[in-house]
Amino acid sequence: MGEVIVITSGKGGVGKTTTTANVGTGLAKLDKKVVLIDTDIGLRNLDVVLGLENRIVYNLVDVIEGNCRIKQAIIKDKRYPNLYLLPSAQTRDKTSVTPEQMKKLADELREEFDYILMDCPAGIEQGFKNAIAGADSALVVTTPEVSAVRDADRIIGLLEANDLKNTHLIVNRLRQDMVKKGDMMSADDVVEILAIDLIGVVPDDENVVISTNQGEPLVGNDTLAGQAYMNICHRVIGEEVPLLDLNIKGGFMSRLTSMFKKY
Amino acid sequence: MGFADFFKKKSSGSMAKDRLKLVLVSDRANCSPEIMEQMKNDIIMVISKYVEIDAEGLDIKITQTESEGNNGTVPALFANIPIKDLRTNIKYKD
Repeated sequence: MGEVIVITSGKGGVGKTTTTANVGTGLAKLDKKVVLIDTDIGLRNLDVVLGLENRIVYNLVDVIEGNCRIKQAIIKDKRYPNLYLLPSAQTRDKTSVTPEQMKKLADELREEFDYILMDCPAGIEQGFKNAIAGADSALVVTTPEVSAVRDADRIIGLLEANDLKNTHLIVNRLRQDMVKKGDMMSADDVVEILAIDLIGVVPDDENVVISTNQGEPLVGNDTLAGQAYMNICHRVIGEEVPLLDLNIKGGFMSRLTSMFKKY
Repeated sequence: MGFADFFKKKSSGSMAKDRLKLVLVSDRANCSPEIMEQMKNDIIMVISKYVEIDAEGLDIKITQTESEGNNGTVPALFANIPIKDLRTNIKYKD
């Protein structure tokens, strides 16, 4: 029986889709059979981030409405033998699907896959309700900014209200240099405020933009963000991995100053 | 907090953290600005029966405070009410 994980944030633009693409690809690299579902009906994006935009025939709404079988709509990623995508519909809206239908779909996919990742749309309306309907656990993505953290808190409250207790936090786009100067909240600050378990910290890394441009997730490569995402994947499958050291310049002087900054 | 912070004003990171803590308390308590305004007016009415207060300078907010029992924080109503005249004293003279 597979696990259904929803990736959500409340606020838009904090990295839900990038996180879904990278965590999904990473889990596939760890030999798990994974399907990614883009639940953002009307604003299809996960396909381009994964570089699978040219292979779409059927979509999520086609499956729900019975225009095709699930197997016909799911795209197999040729680069990773265990990775699949169920794309969203671009010309429909969130009301095309109900939470009950999503739950039924998720339960069917459980039989076939180890992990089903739901890429949730921004907001707390119908699209959010659809995305969380069949989920066993949630990954809440936020950035260390007041707006994103506030929305994340709201989302965590709504997940709890919907009996989704197994939630973990990803702090995305952290800039260690700014944290050191005191001009950005640290991951610890965000965890203290939101009071949920941290599953990973992803640094602000220009390689994420480059990999998105190329349609090739960077999880597992030697960039800082790539390693951070891979660590999250290890933690998702239950392994214990220490937090990544985000200090890029590991020279003597920076270590000396960071020693002073600590106290 | 770093060594240099002694010489400059509060860092923007800790400002963000403090502001978030405050805003989330009222978010979580589901306490809208309208309700806060109503509560403020009611407090003014009650206290005005006994002392003359400066209604303009009155400030109420919900904040976090260290709980006495367990070692966590609990929400608390914080009210700063400037008193103009202790009317109670006058009343007793009558």
